[in-house]
Amino acid sequence: MDLRFTDEELAFRDEVREFFRTALPDSIRRKMIEGHHPSKDDLVTWSRILNAKGWAVPHWPVEWGGTGWSPVKQYIFRDELQQAPAPEPLAFGVSMVGPVIYTFGNEDQKRRFLPRIANLDDWWCQGFSEPGAGSDLASLKTTARREGDHYIVNGQKTWTTLAQHADWIFCLARTDSSVKKQEGISFLLIDMKTPGITVRPIQTIDGGHEVNEVFLDDVRVPVENLVGQENKGWDYAKFLLGNERVGIARIGISKARLKRVRELASVERIGDVPLIEIPRFREKLAAVEVELKALEMTQLRVVAAESRREKGKPDPASSILKIKGSEIQQATTELLMEVVGPFAMPYHPEEEGRNEPTDGPDWASTAAPTYFNWRKISIYGGSNEIQKNIIAKAILGF
Amino acid sequence: MDFDLSEEQRLLKDSVDRLMADRYDFENRQRYAKEPEGWSRALWSAYAELGLLALPFDEAHGGFGGGPVETMTIMEAFGRSLALEPYLATVILGGGLLHHGGSEEQKATHLPQIASGDLRLAFAHTERQSRYDLFDVGTTAQRDGGSFILNGQKSVVLHGDSADKILVTARVAGSRRDRDGIGLFLVDANAPGVSRRGYPTQDGQRAAEVTLESVRVDAENVIGNPEGALPVVEKVTDIAIAALAAEAIGAMDEMLKLTVDYLKTRKQFNTTIGSFQVLQHRSSEMFIALEQGRSMAMFAAMMAQEQNPEERRKAISAAKVQIGRSGRFVGQQAVQLHGGVGMTMEYKVGHLFKRVTMIDTLFGDADHHLSKLAETGGLMAA
Ligand SMILES: Cc1cc2nc3c(=O)[nH]c(=O)nc-3n(C[C@H](O)[C@H](O)[C@H](O)COP(=O)(O)OP(=O)(O)OC[C@H]3O[C@@H](n4cnc5c(N)ncnc54)[C@H](O)[C@@H]3O)c2cc1C
Ligand SMILES: Cc1cc2nc3c(=O)[nH]c(=O)nc-3n(C[C@H](O)[C@H](O)[C@H](O)COP(=O)(O)OP(=O)(O)OC[C@H]3O[C@@H](n4cnc5c(N)ncnc54)[C@H](O)[C@@H]3O)c2cc1C
Repeated sequence: MDLRFTDEELAFRDEVREFFRTALPDSIRRKMIEGHHPSKDDLVTWSRILNAKGWAVPHWPVEWGGTGWSPVKQYIFRDELQQAPAPEPLAFGVSMVGPVIYTFGNEDQKRRFLPRIANLDDWWCQGFSEPGAGSDLASLKTTARREGDHYIVNGQKTWTTLAQHADWIFCLARTDSSVKKQEGISFLLIDMKTPGITVRPIQTIDGGHEVNEVFLDDVRVPVENLVGQENKGWDYAKFLLGNERVGIARIGISKARLKRVRELASVERIGDVPLIEIPRFREKLAAVEVELKALEMTQLRVVAAESRREKGKPDPASSILKIKGSEIQQATTELLMEVVGPFAMPYHPEEEGRNEPTDGPDWASTAAPTYFNWRKISIYGGSNEIQKNIIAKAILGF
Repeated sequence: MDFDLSEEQRLLKDSVDRLMADRYDFENRQRYAKEPEGWSRALWSAYAELGLLALPFDEAHGGFGGGPVETMTIMEAFGRSLALEPYLATVILGGGLLHHGGSEEQKATHLPQIASGDLRLAFAHTERQSRYDLFDVGTTAQRDGGSFILNGQKSVVLHGDSADKILVTARVAGSRRDRDGIGLFLVDANAPGVSRRGYPTQDGQRAAEVTLESVRVDAENVIGNPEGALPVVEKVTDIAIAALAAEAIGAMDEMLKLTVDYLKTRKQFNTTIGSFQVLQHRSSEMFIALEQGRSMAMFAAMMAQEQNPEERRKAISAAKVQIGRSGRFVGQQAVQLHGGVGMTMEYKVGHLFKRVTMIDTLFGDADHHLSKLAETGGLMAA
């Protein structure tokens, strides 16, 4: 056992760190540091910079643009990216539907979609959840009825993140309602421009517009947009959710936010004493750092075991990553609130091109919205209660 | 010892609860927030008619001589409904400062106007560097004959944008963090040299940045001893903390109610989610946090009247710690148990969560008060 990175891994880390230092546009870096959401253009710009370097989809098969890096290098890359801090490539494409397509899709689909995902030519969104199907995803009601060489899709999706920007949506829809609920589901790729699709915004408590309702009304989807086999969609969905969970610890993001907390706590003073020198505050910060270090080591153990595990079989430990990762990220947002103190109060809606002065220090305005918004991470991606059920099932066996 | 309300207090509670039930459902609340001042003039008049705006003042000034228990009753109802009107700013803070710190003449002039709903006040104390320390005052008040000239900037002045007059702490003598040398001044919001920039707060209420440039305040508008206003300021903010604790309890109570309703109706996996034991336990933990908070809100109401300022301050700090922690737990869990729905502006629960979060940052968060309490030897110290 040697828990240190090898010299080669360290050299690799320096290389990607240097790349993020020089290649990430300053305006995007500032937004990320200050806790603003990157715009669609920011994400497209950044994805194309990564793609030009050949680093847009490191974890994909080499033939479709992957880098062939070891799991440890993949981890280093992601960690450095989050710490830069740079926007993460749009997960719905590169981490969710991309792997489903290269694993279960046909050659046509791979050629048609994968390069466009890597370059963010197509913006994808995830059409899984429905008003009546959240944690119990398999109870979804959206239907796809075969009619000649089309499926006719009817139903409603909800909580669809960034559907307002989307060119495509991947959907779970019921193609057979006569069988057990998990067995009659298919995985469809749907062009958002198809007639019959309506997107309605949902405003979240931080004031942002990041989720939507998506209504599907007699939407005609060519059968060539079915992934894999009809009625096997639940298997593909489980594969996708498993992948989603692995990346969800976001240790680099917590590192970046703790760094920010530390910086701001050196500026904010109680009387003449910087907050960072107040023992109570320092200890709280250190306690979060301890948790984060433990999680990082756990994450690295999962990473190290990855190369030995059967493909597509997520480690039950990934539920730990989800639970602790979300709790720690949420704790960092609470620390930020504490640093900001009374200046958490003013509300500044996030609007593009807005240039009114902020009230209070200009770094304070995102503290409360980030705290509010980050409550979502223990809800989505399989809620923390569901993750604990998974762990309980794994260790109790029933 | 008696934890029950008196007959009169019960009548007050019934009438406030009825008013809020009739006119302050969540839809109305969201409508009121869109009115020009960010709250409802019509409700303000209704509060005046019910006597709520006169409640804590002496009968000689048109008041009802109500104490912290009466205030608690009202604030709890306001918390439940997410009331937007400047009750805390005008009646508890502004009115309280005049009531506890003003001369007979000042009270006779202003309190009846508050009572009738014609005068709205705000209290400007926070500065860029002050954080939660009320004595950290950089705004200056220079003597000029019998008058004072004020210069400085105040931040996050609750309802400062719609106030007619603003009570301002300013330094007459000493250095920035001295406890002595602080004066309290009643400034006309439209006086020359006063500029205000109003904005919404995270919880849908209103606040303002207030800049004072050579603002002249005459002797009649100096509240109390111009070099010794801090004790009154601390007393009144302690009363305000007790009021906020009650408001937070109203909001937490409502969150628990909404969550329990949701657990009973939301179905997943072919059953109501309330049948999952983890969620049953979570809601019992919310209940525990709420009731522990309620107990401390009652303690705060009792101790707000304590004559010994040190004892009062400790008790209020203890209550603020409990309220902050209970509020955080209940708020976070209420959102969590609502799933995606809890994250949306369309539902009340997220707004209640935001309100209790902001209550924590008013007059010192839980950690601030915990430190204060620890520094003064804790609660149990003999
Ligand atoms: C900001 C945000 C973005 C999202 N983006 C997307 C997206 O892009 N695409 C998409 O398809 N979905 C998305 N989702 C949906 C997300 O996956 C669901 O919210 C999640 O699956 C939970 O479902 P629900 O909201 O219906 O809550 P419910 O399933 O109704 O859960 C309510 C509460 O009950 C608990 N609970 C449920 N079942 C159990 C159980 N068996 N045991 C114990 N507790 C239980 C939950 O943990 C939760 O606390 C997003 C959600 C949010 C908040
Ligand atoms: C965006 C999104 C993300 C999601 N992410 C996840 C996720 O990361 N992980 C996840 O499991 N689900 C996730 N869900 C959905 C939800 O948790 C599944 O529908 C559910 O776990 C499977 O139920 P099932 O018994 O019908 O399926 P099955 O095919 O029987 O089981 C699928 C898996 O779910 C587990 N499971 C079954 N019942 C329960 C239960 N009552 N409590 C906990 N686990 C159970 C099983 O152990 C198995 O691993 C997500 C849903 C959405 C919308």
